[in-house]
Amino acid sequence: MRRSREEQLSGWGRVPTVSAQQLLSEDLAAITRDVPLSRGLGRSYGDASLPAMGDPRVAGSVLADRILSFDPDSGILRAEAGLSLREMVRLFLPRGFFTPVSPGTQFVTLGGMVAADIHGKNHHRDGCFGQHVTSLRIRVADGRIVDCSPTKERDLFRATIGGMGLTGHILEVAVRLKRIPSPWIYFESVRVPDIDAYVAALKESSASWPQTVGFIDCTKGGRHLGRGILIKGRWADPKEAPSFPPPPKHERNVPFDLPSGLINRLSIRMFNALTYWKHRAPVRRGIIHPEDYFYPLDKVLHWNRAYGKRGLTQYQCVLPNEAGPSVARRFLELMRARHAASPVCVIKDCGPEGIGLLSFPRPGISIAVDFAVNERTQALVDALNEFVIREGGRIYLAKDAFTRAAHFRAMEPRLAEWEAIRRRWDPERKFRSRQSVRVLGDDPAPGTSRVPDEIRDPSSSGLSPAPRSRTA
Amino acid sequence: MKVVLLGATKGMGRSLGRLLVDRKHDLFLLGRDEVDVARSARDLEVRGARPLNSVGSAACDLARPETFGPALEAAEKALGKVDTVIVTGGLFATQDKLEADPDFAARLLHVNFTGTVLFCEAARKRLLAGGGGTLCVFSSVAGERGRKPVIIYGAAKAGLSRYLEGLDHKFSGQGLNVITVKPGFVKTSMTAGLPAPPFAGEPDDVAKLVITAIEKKKPVAYVPRPWALIMFVIRLLPRALMRKLNF
Repeated sequence: MRRSREEQLSGWGRVPTVSAQQLLSEDLAAITRDVPLSRGLGRSYGDASLPAMGDPRVAGSVLADRILSFDPDSGILRAEAGLSLREMVRLFLPRGFFTPVSPGTQFVTLGGMVAADIHGKNHHRDGCFGQHVTSLRIRVADGRIVDCSPTKERDLFRATIGGMGLTGHILEVAVRLKRIPSPWIYFESVRVPDIDAYVAALKESSASWPQTVGFIDCTKGGRHLGRGILIKGRWADPKEAPSFPPPPKHERNVPFDLPSGLINRLSIRMFNALTYWKHRAPVRRGIIHPEDYFYPLDKVLHWNRAYGKRGLTQYQCVLPNEAGPSVARRFLELMRARHAASPVCVIKDCGPEGIGLLSFPRPGISIAVDFAVNERTQALVDALNEFVIREGGRIYLAKDAFTRAAHFRAMEPRLAEWEAIRRRWDPERKFRSRQSVRVLGDDPAPGTSRVPDEIRDPSSSGLSPAPRSRTA
Repeated sequence: MKVVLLGATKGMGRSLGRLLVDRKHDLFLLGRDEVDVARSARDLEVRGARPLNSVGSAACDLARPETFGPALEAAEKALGKVDTVIVTGGLFATQDKLEADPDFAARLLHVNFTGTVLFCEAARKRLLAGGGGTLCVFSSVAGERGRKPVIIYGAAKAGLSRYLEGLDHKFSGQGLNVITVKPGFVKTSMTAGLPAPPFAGEPDDVAKLVITAIEKKKPVAYVPRPWALIMFVIRLLPRALMRKLNF
C-alpha cells in the first residue's frame, strides 16, 4: 500500500466531484485502518462513496477481490468485498448459480451491494440482497475486525445492510447464491397505454412472475401519461432454453464527454417515444440473453458521459401501497408540472421490508428517473421529496445527491434505531461520507473548524444551502 | 503446463494465476506470507472449479534464499514434474523514497536482484535436471535505460535482465526457455497513486501476453506491446537529452 496522490472522484452521476485520495491495495484490512470510508466501483450515483471534507482518504476495495470459498451444495459464496458482480456472474452463471438479487448494472462490488442493500426486479418475491447474506466481516470504528450475521452481532449486521458504509468497512461477504435451471431468461413484455393500467398490470404480474420491471414514457401527457412497456421474466426451463451457454457480450463505450445540452426535453421525448414504439407488437415473448435482460445499460460503458460535464442525478423513491394506485400518476404529473424530463423512467414493484435497518424498499412501487443536472435540480428534488414525504414514501440513498437532512429525517422513522446502533459501535462517528454529512448532519471535518471547500457541490451552487446540524 | 508461480497474491501475478487456471493449467503458488498465498490458492480453486487443495502453496521469500529449496521441493511434490516457473514477485518504491530510506533501498536491491537471481538459479537447475522447461521472469522496462524516476529500482532490474539474457544464451540449447517479461506502466497496486502515462496497461491484458510469450518461447516480451517501441526510442535518446528529461 502506498499513499495516493489526490484525484478527482465522483459517483456515477459525476455530481458532486471532490478531491480525494483513494487508497488501493489487495490488502483491504491494511488500508482500512483509521480511514473513514470505503469505496467500491463508485456506481452509487451521488456522494455516498465520496469522503467527507475533513479527511480526503477512501479505501478502495476493488483490488481485494479474492473468492474465499464456494459450497455448491448450499450455494454459499464467501469473498472479499471488492469482488465485482460482473466477475461473479462470469464465474457462476455457467455453473448454474446467479446472484440472488441483481441491480441494473454488473459494475458493482459485493461490498457495495451490501452497503446499499441493492434490490432488483424480483424484490416482490425475494427481497433485497441483504436477506441472502449469511455473514459479514467488518472493520469497526475501534479498529477491531468483527464477524456479524443474522444471529451474531445482529444489530451491527442489520445496521450495516443498507448502512451506506457508515458502520464500518465491509471486508468480506458471505452470500447464498441462487440455483438456476438454465442460464437463459424467458420474458414476456407488454405495451401498456397509460400509468394506471401500468401499475395495475405490474401488481397483477407480480403474483405469477418472479421478476417484473418496466419503462414508462414520462414525457407524454394527457391520456397517454405514463404509457410504457412492462417486462416480466423468469429463468428459462432447460427444455425451452438454447442448448449453448449465453455468449460473452461486447460493450461499446462513450469515449469522451458529450455536450451537456444534448440530453434535453426534445431528445428525451424522442427517445421515450422510440422506446415505446420500438415495441411494435402489443405482447412479445421469448428467450433472452441474461445480460440483455438484467444489464441493458451495461452495453454502453461510461454512458454517464452522454450527460456531459454537468452530470446527472437519479431520483428513486418508493411510494407505499397505502398511498393508493393513483400515486404514480400524481408523481408523474408533478414531474410534468415542473418540466422535468427523464430519458428513462423505471417503475418496479416492491415487497416487504428486509433485514437492513435503512434499506430502501418497502411495500409499494419504486419509481426511478434520471435528470441532467442544472440550476433547477435542487428545487426539483426538494419538490419531489416533499411529495414523497406527504405520501409516506422514501428515497434511495445509493442514488441520491441532493436530498436535505430535514427531508431525509422526515421520511425515515427508522433512523433513530439505526443511529442508536451507530452510536454504540462508532460513538465518535469516525465513519463518514460526503452523503452522511449532507443527510445525517455528520460533522464535515471533526476536530477542525475548517469550513468545507465545496467543489461543484449541488447543494451550495448558488442555491440556499442544505440545513446542516453540527454535532458538538 | 505444470506451473510454479512466485508472486501470485498481487498485481500481475494474481491476474496471471487466474488466467492460468482458466486455461486449465496446473498451478503451485509461492509467496512470502504463507497464509496469504494459501488464500490466493483457494481463490484460484474456486475460479477454476477445482477441488479443495488442488492448487498447492508454500512460503517462499525472495529475501531469504534458504526458503527456495524447500519451496521448490514442495511444488515438485505436489505437481509431479514441473515444466514452468514464473517469477513476478519483487519490491517497488519511488526513487524519492529509496533515496530517503537507504535500509529499504538495500532490501529492494537484495530482493529484486540477489534474491531473484538466486531463486532463478535454484529453479533452472531443477528444470534442467528434468530435461528443460520454461523460466519466465518479470523484469521491467525500468532496466532499459538509467532514468531519473527509477534509478535504483531500474538498476536492480537492469542487472536481472542481463542475468536472464546470459541464462538464455547458455542454456537455450539444453531445453531451457528463458522468458524475460518487461512490463511498462501497468495499473496495479504497485503503481496506485502514480500518475498513469499513456499506454498504461491492465494486468489482465499483461497476463494474456505473458502466456502467449511462454507458448511461443519469445525470449523477451514487452507488455503491453507499445512499450517495445517506446523503449526503442528511449534507448536512442542522447545523454544530453536524458539529463533534461524527467522520465
